Amino acid sequence: MSMVLEHVNYVYEADTPLAQKALNDICLEIPDGQFIGIIGHTGSGKSTLVQHLNGLIKAESGHIYFDGEDIDGPGFDRRGLRSKVGLVFQYPEHQLFEIDVFSDVCFGPKNLGLPKEEVETRAREALAQVGIGEELYSMSPFEISGGQKRRAAIAGVLAMKPRVLILDEPTAGLDPRGRDEILNQIRELQRKTGMTVLLVSHSMEDVAEYVDRIIVMNRGSVMLDGTPREVFRHDKELEEVGLAVPQVTYIMHRLREKGLEVDADATTVREAVQEIKKALKEQEG
Amino acid sequence: MLRDITLGQYYQTDSVIHRLDPRVKLGGTILFILSLFFFQNIFGYLIAALFLAVVIRLSKVPFRYIVRGMKAILLLLMITVVFNLFLTPGRPLLEFFGGRVRITYEGLKLAAFMAIRLSFLIIGSSIMTLTTTPNHLTDGMERMMRPLKLIKVPVHEIAMMMSIALRFIPILLEETDKIMKAQTARGADFENGNLIRRAKAMVPLLVPLFISAIRRANDLAMAMEARCYRGGEGRTKMKPLIYQTRDRLAYLSLAVYLVCSIGLGRL
Ligand SMILES: Nc1ncnc2c1ncn2[C@@H]1O[C@H](COP(=O)(O)OP(=O)(O)OP(=O)(O)O)[C@@H](O)[C@H]1O
Ligand SMILES: [Mg+2]
Repeated sequence: MSMVLEHVNYVYEADTPLAQKALNDICLEIPDGQFIGIIGHTGSGKSTLVQHLNGLIKAESGHIYFDGEDIDGPGFDRRGLRSKVGLVFQYPEHQLFEIDVFSDVCFGPKNLGLPKEEVETRAREALAQVGIGEELYSMSPFEISGGQKRRAAIAGVLAMKPRVLILDEPTAGLDPRGRDEILNQIRELQRKTGMTVLLVSHSMEDVAEYVDRIIVMNRGSVMLDGTPREVFRHDKELEEVGLAVPQVTYIMHRLREKGLEVDADATTVREAVQEIKKALKEQEG
Repeated sequence: MLRDITLGQYYQTDSVIHRLDPRVKLGGTILFILSLFFFQNIFGYLIAALFLAVVIRLSKVPFRYIVRGMKAILLLLMITVVFNLFLTPGRPLLEFFGGRVRITYEGLKLAAFMAIRLSFLIIGSSIMTLTTTPNHLTDGMERMMRPLKLIKVPVHEIAMMMSIALRFIPILLEETDKIMKAQTARGADFENGNLIRRAKAMVPLLVPLFISAIRRANDLAMAMEARCYRGGEGRTKMKPLIYQTRDRLAYLSLAVYLVCSIGLGRL
């Protein structure tokens, strides 16, 4: 029960002078229930990769298996796949269209052919999960704030109850507080439902605290793949491709260089604080 | 899917044709299209084909790429052929349904020539748009239409509107592609169902598209205003259009083509 990618390649605008190799021999395994961060510089192929996972883009070569079935194989139910693998696009608020927020969230489950009551229950549930209150249900999706639009759009995908949820830069353009709120809600959801979550971002800092695993993309290839700790050990390589490791990682590395016996693998502020306290105590004692 | 529409798109490369003055290409295209309706025999078509082949060769645009853009007009082409084939009176060649529907010798000839003519027309104009950036094209148009200013035609404004419209085509195509994908991910179905269902399915695509188009237009207007754009009055060009030797040579070749094709084509 998982997704497997085998030697996936993709080229945009093939046969033109603008041909762009966007994915280069991607091999990945995505087991159920993992919370994964996909990180990479602008244009590294993150969006292209995640669009392959629910069959919106067909791989030029290579195979993608969902629960062991080839998604490009004959007779594969691609619409079914899209309900199981929910994809929230970059700037999802641009896809809102209904007269009010509630009907917009109903669009997804309605397309699944569910009965009306079920559709509405799901919409309510999804809106609650992203923290949108009843008072906004009847507002036009074009009147609410940017952050609320983003949440409504995410709810629109959540209402389809996907098993795998992919979010393409869900926090782009939000203030730090809105960002933390959305990420926390997603984590809660992941813990409660055990769904697989793929979070695309170009900021390590954003995801380090939340994910179990980080996949680093660079120029269409997977450059690093491992737990945040493992990945952040490669801080020099990451910097070379224009990615910064979280600030705390830098601090911990510097402290170690200066002679404080801390574990430099700490990836979050909380971990770092504990490490530093421990090290200081040891020094005193 | 939508990216296959190459009509009206620029093909980036460096060739003699790309470097020609846009006025030459515009005038040349118009004259070429007119010439297609002047000649009546096979020689004219042969010379036109030869001329097109040379121009395509010089432009370095792969023939495959040009043809791909024609897919969009295939339907129009087929309708024309069918109408000409069945509705032209003359010597009957084949008869169906007891003579009520017939294909005539004249109809066959006309349909074939019409198909060739239309294809040449489309290929000819595709070459112009493929080798000229929209900005260049409208520059050329503005310059060619300048005499109309005397009769108070807002030439500059028309040219500006055209260049903006042309500039927005690829942007909106890309946007359409993106929204279509986003709604497909939410279970929308744009391909199946009867006409009414398909029309209904367009709503989730069109509403966001219009909103985004209006937002972009607004942003653009604001950006233009912020840079003090106030119409064509007193506006100078950074790169004024000046004819070079190659442009004069191009005019000359064009004249030779016209004389040959129309001269031989009307024998
Ligand atoms: N629709 C498209 N047509 C042509 N080329 C494209 C298209 N979309 C992306 N590309 C190219 O493919 C490459 C990968 O793009 P992609 O959108 O996957 O990057 P990304 O990692 O998501 O970047 P960002 O962080 O900016 O969203 C880029 O070089 C880009 O220019
Ligand atoms: Mg992206």
